[in-house]
Amino acid sequence: MKKLLNTLYVTQPDVYLALDGGNVVLLKDEERLGRLPLHNLESIISFGYTGASPALMGYCADHNISIVFLTMNGRFLARVVGESRGNVVLRKKQYRLSDNENSSAKVARNFIMGKVYNQKWMIERMTREHPLRIDVEQFKKISQHLSALMVDIHACEDLERLRGLEGQAAISYNRLFNQMILQQKEDFYFHHRSRRPPMDNVNTMLSFAYTLLANDTAAALETVGLDAYVGFLHRDRPGRASLALDVMEELRGIFADRFVLSLINRRVIGPLDFYKKENGAVLMTDEARKKFLEAWQNRKQEKITHPFLGERMSWGLAPHAQALLLARYLRGDLDQYPPFLWK
Amino acid sequence: MLILITYDVSTVDKAGRRRLRHVAKACQKYGQRVQNSVFECIVDATQFTKLKMELVNLIDMEVDSLRFYRLGNNHKSKVEHFGVKESMDLEGPLIF
Repeated sequence: MKKLLNTLYVTQPDVYLALDGGNVVLLKDEERLGRLPLHNLESIISFGYTGASPALMGYCADHNISIVFLTMNGRFLARVVGESRGNVVLRKKQYRLSDNENSSAKVARNFIMGKVYNQKWMIERMTREHPLRIDVEQFKKISQHLSALMVDIHACEDLERLRGLEGQAAISYNRLFNQMILQQKEDFYFHHRSRRPPMDNVNTMLSFAYTLLANDTAAALETVGLDAYVGFLHRDRPGRASLALDVMEELRGIFADRFVLSLINRRVIGPLDFYKKENGAVLMTDEARKKFLEAWQNRKQEKITHPFLGERMSWGLAPHAQALLLARYLRGDLDQYPPFLWK
Repeated sequence: MLILITYDVSTVDKAGRRRLRHVAKACQKYGQRVQNSVFECIVDATQFTKLKMELVNLIDMEVDSLRFYRLGNNHKSKVEHFGVKESMDLEGPLIF
């Protein structure tokens, strides 16, 4: 498996990124903040309205380093995509499969299968580890419900119905989400998912984590030669990286949700890290965003064993491994796409 | 792995000063400058070979010298720093 390279986060809005002989140079009012060799980097994520020189964008596109621009609050603005390379045959296959509702459903159900399986795993694990702090009865019931849904999902060959089943699973899982918050309960309360804008602390963190994960996944898909914008479960919409959202489904719970929960439960992030705007939108302070990114980066470095490949790798390479497996499936080397089933 | 590169380039003539600039530039492409003619580079085996070839071709074997120290993958425990200009940890979180 390839090595997980580092990600550069630029959170100050007045930093300009330039290229200098294979290095990225961070400039702030003519002053040099730092220079980093680009071969150590996997991606550059820039918050706020930072600029980057066209030369740097060109170099990164050439060397498969993704550059993503986000707003200060983590909303996606733009991604630099180079000349499409990789395998045309593979991409054409992807398009053909995506055009066919029936075969799309066959791939899509594996994404959903992975998602629900992993959510069930999270729930089961909570009942094992904190039986005294949660409503075990309810957890058991919902776990059984998810099991029943998985049987339906496995047999489902219709995209509309698949979305319905996913929705049902999401409702059940979200109902328990609040109980998985064990610390700082008075400040972190999850009613329901709200986005654009997120209306409470938990949703703000979830949205931010999902954005980061979606960018990593899109970059991983592009690296193996797939088109991140043509999905199977999520249909085409201009500017939406549908396939990235598809592949991400499996990782949402076990990677992003668990990460957010651990930040709350370990009190890395507290109530003072947020502020509210007039329209009710809740935002993270600059300090909090830095803490968040630091923890995110450290989590990505943690080692796991990939459940399907059986290989040791960093957590941060999970999207990459899934992208590889998806490409193998499209090429016909695997007869099913194996979702990331955590245990 | 972490590679430490040090060099001495003779600067008595113009060609020497030119070589010095070129060597520094080539090193900078792969890693960060930690002292005047000392560079730390985090590279894999392929990159290391490329880097070595590039540098060896630049120097004049008669008057210059070049040294590579391989500090391996567990270099964190092998490097200590005192004083000014602490180097950046290129493998830790990079947040500016």
